[in-house]
Amino acid sequence: MTIEYKLPDLGEDIETGDVIGVFVSAGDTVAQDQSLIEIETDKAAIEIPAPAGGTIKEVHVKEGDTIKVGQLLVTIEDGRGKGKEPEPKESDNKPADNEDEKIEKLAEEEVKLEINTDPEPNKDIEIKAEDEPLELFPERKEPSPDPREGKQEQITPDKTGPVSSKKAPASPSVRRLARELGVDINLVSGSGPGGRISGDDVKNYTPEKKSKSKGEKKAPKTATMKAAEPRGSVDTDKWGETERTPMSKVRRLTAERLSEAWKAPHVTQFDKADITELEKLRKEFGQEVAKAGGKLTMTSIILKVIASALKVFPQFNASVDMENGEIIYKKYYNIGVAVDTDRGLLVPIIKNANKKNITKLSVEMSKLSEKARNKKISVDELQGGTFTISNLGGLGGTYFSPVLNAPQVAILGISRSVVEPVYIEGDFKPRLMLPLSLSYDHRLIDGADAVRFLRWVIEALEEPFKLPLEG
Amino acid sequence: MSNAKNTTQVAIIGAGPGGYPAAFLSADLGLEVTIIDPEDNPGGVCLYRGCIPSKALLHTAKVITEAEHSKNWGVTFSKPKIDLDKLRDWKNGVVEKLVGGLGQLSRQRKVTYLQGRATFLDSNTLEIKKTDGETAELKFEYAVIATGSRPVQIPGFPNDSPHLLDSTSALDLPDIPKTMLVVGGGYIGLELGTVYAALGTEVSVVEMTSGLMPGADRDLVRVLQKSSEHIYESIMLNTKVVDIQETKKALQVTFQGEGVEEKELVFDKVLVSVGRRPNSENLGLENTKVGIDSQGFIKIDGQRRTSDPNIFAIGDVAGEPMLAHKATHEGRVVAQVLAGKNVVFEPNAIPAVVFTDPEIAWCGLTETEAKENKIPVKVARFPWGASGRATTLDRNDGVTKLIIDPETDRVLGMGIVGPGAGELIAQGVLAIEMSALAADIELMIHAHPTLSETVMESAEVYYGLSTHMYKPKRER
Repeated sequence: MTIEYKLPDLGEDIETGDVIGVFVSAGDTVAQDQSLIEIETDKAAIEIPAPAGGTIKEVHVKEGDTIKVGQLLVTIEDGRGKGKEPEPKESDNKPADNEDEKIEKLAEEEVKLEINTDPEPNKDIEIKAEDEPLELFPERKEPSPDPREGKQEQITPDKTGPVSSKKAPASPSVRRLARELGVDINLVSGSGPGGRISGDDVKNYTPEKKSKSKGEKKAPKTATMKAAEPRGSVDTDKWGETERTPMSKVRRLTAERLSEAWKAPHVTQFDKADITELEKLRKEFGQEVAKAGGKLTMTSIILKVIASALKVFPQFNASVDMENGEIIYKKYYNIGVAVDTDRGLLVPIIKNANKKNITKLSVEMSKLSEKARNKKISVDELQGGTFTISNLGGLGGTYFSPVLNAPQVAILGISRSVVEPVYIEGDFKPRLMLPLSLSYDHRLIDGADAVRFLRWVIEALEEPFKLPLEG
Repeated sequence: MSNAKNTTQVAIIGAGPGGYPAAFLSADLGLEVTIIDPEDNPGGVCLYRGCIPSKALLHTAKVITEAEHSKNWGVTFSKPKIDLDKLRDWKNGVVEKLVGGLGQLSRQRKVTYLQGRATFLDSNTLEIKKTDGETAELKFEYAVIATGSRPVQIPGFPNDSPHLLDSTSALDLPDIPKTMLVVGGGYIGLELGTVYAALGTEVSVVEMTSGLMPGADRDLVRVLQKSSEHIYESIMLNTKVVDIQETKKALQVTFQGEGVEEKELVFDKVLVSVGRRPNSENLGLENTKVGIDSQGFIKIDGQRRTSDPNIFAIGDVAGEPMLAHKATHEGRVVAQVLAGKNVVFEPNAIPAVVFTDPEIAWCGLTETEAKENKIPVKVARFPWGASGRATTLDRNDGVTKLIIDPETDRVLGMGIVGPGAGELIAQGVLAIEMSALAADIELMIHAHPTLSETVMESAEVYYGLSTHMYKPKRER
């Protein structure tokens, strides 16, 4: 028979969720309870298990979709013929006397009843064959929303047996809280002494931890981050509508790396370069570079200047080993240039920038940024940088304080050049001024050095002859 | 038919310590409640014929025993004169005061109280035979069966004889017999035996198994057994009563087993206290879907719901342990379920107290259960010989012990024998329910000099660091 499996009611007032993982595709064979998709709701990430085993005929949702309760998820062909007797669902209980059987049968009826209590019958599940009680979350024995509505728990003659060490170490009020939240207290790990479970432990418990501990389901791609961030700490729902979307891989890496880099004590030195003359030269030689297949930009000129400056100021081409109390000076000059792409911030590296002339640098820069934007950049082309340049001038702005690209110890930010009146020899003259922001790791670089470095770069830009003279 | 309303939201059958708390909380939570009970006030066996009158009499026994005991400290009283009528009146007064109070609480909550007996006609209807002779039908949305239990009678015994007592007739104090045999060494027999012994009766106890208080940890029972040797004429263990013949003024009892010195003995009175059975008959349950197990207990789930979804069962009729406070908690759980709350009955510790002299009390996991279920535990015992307070009471015979999970140091059970054990056990319940570690108890300041210090010192014993008991240190 064919099962049109729809997103079941997930409880806790959850109505929609975003698909963050699809673990099956058409043609796959799935077992009952195997994870089909993972959705992220505003409460938690939830894996939706297969209601029955069979072959996936069609998957109706894809990653990124926002889906509603009742929306069609997958079509499963369970291999059983129409009208075939469904396998009797045996309870784990030992076969007992008639009385017990009666109760069990009754319990099954109640489960059916519960599924059908919705105003629209069979809203969640349509089984195009004989009805068979389906347990959507077999391991999660949730009481019915209205406990009075006849849900039969398994009847055991004595529930007041001895306390064993297996009973969850939680106070009565915490046990009640767990029940209210639909959490099986026995699956929650306690953070208190002796594993005692607090109310917060229950609140922070998310079902995917459970599935992971069982280790049988496909681990969601986003597992690591999720485990590290307990849910429920940020909830802006009470102030207005929010939307949760999964972080892209680039965004996540950026976040992780910048958080790490931020630990270094940052200082940013600001200054301006008069590039009036340089800009003239850039326009003059632009055509030649274009012939070579590159674009002569202010960035590629600054690349050359920085490569030279790093040789003069080696502590800017270094990193810090705090563990061993050592400074690592790099004898190579690989300069990264931040590129804004659809996927987020990428930093392709110009290797051995010191050995390349401006034309070569321009050509390579053009190629690399093109690759980065077209997602063709290789991992190798993103690794091994010793200094980074971030040019936001194309977009505007005066100054900004860039964050280091650790383990590098310095980064140069470039903003938009503007024609300003500059007082020169008794007169205000219109000059094209380029704002520069140099962030550096104060553990290794002192303020005075930073000023010297930036002044050196500025002078090189203002007096191009300085480069062959000193660099 | 009476002109009273013949429908109710919640019908509660039985107004004992299960039924009346269920009724009161249901009413407090906004439900319309009718409670049906043959007595003229709520209270049930516990208040009318159980816990309360027996404790009143045990208090009397304690005073008598202590007065006698005080000769050890240079204070001698003359032999007490017992005015049995006055004692009975006082006991009855205690009961009247309490059940009268419950009647008032019931009226204040606007609970409809029907004096009579109820039987099920179907899953939504009760037939009520009122004490005043009227019969009425009552439709209900939900029913709670709280009909309790009654003493087991042994077929073949002269159960109609005025000389053969059960707990109910024994509490009526018909007279103070010269001799009495208590059949059954469980808590009811031992409590009532203590009362009659204090009043001057020569009491003998016969128990089928190898020790008194079957089920309780032996180390605790041993202390009781030792003191019982002074209280009772004889304690016959591994012994059965095979026959009782009624003579004119007494009963002739035939024994069989290990503890028998004489095969036949004559007693003025025989108290049969061999257990209680659930009152699940004559309720018309066959007209509902309510299921009953082989022992007569109504089958229930965690919410105390029977196999008939509208009908719940609590207390003795719904299974062991047959204890009033367990019934009360169940009653409150059911009331909340009926009010739409998502709760179940899930205690980690139900205290059990035997009001003998000395008292025995335990909760949570017992040592016996740990052994049977192969649960690894460490037991930390603090003998009252090392307790200052016990010494001032001239009662060094007690023991306090903690049953602890060696892996986490979590307290899983507590057992106490000694005067006041019934009050002290509350700390064990608190510790277990709050998942306290032995270290938590060890670090709590206990008032000095009190018996409660023995709980703290037990925890200290666990770590080998007890102030008043030297034991080699164990690794933390």
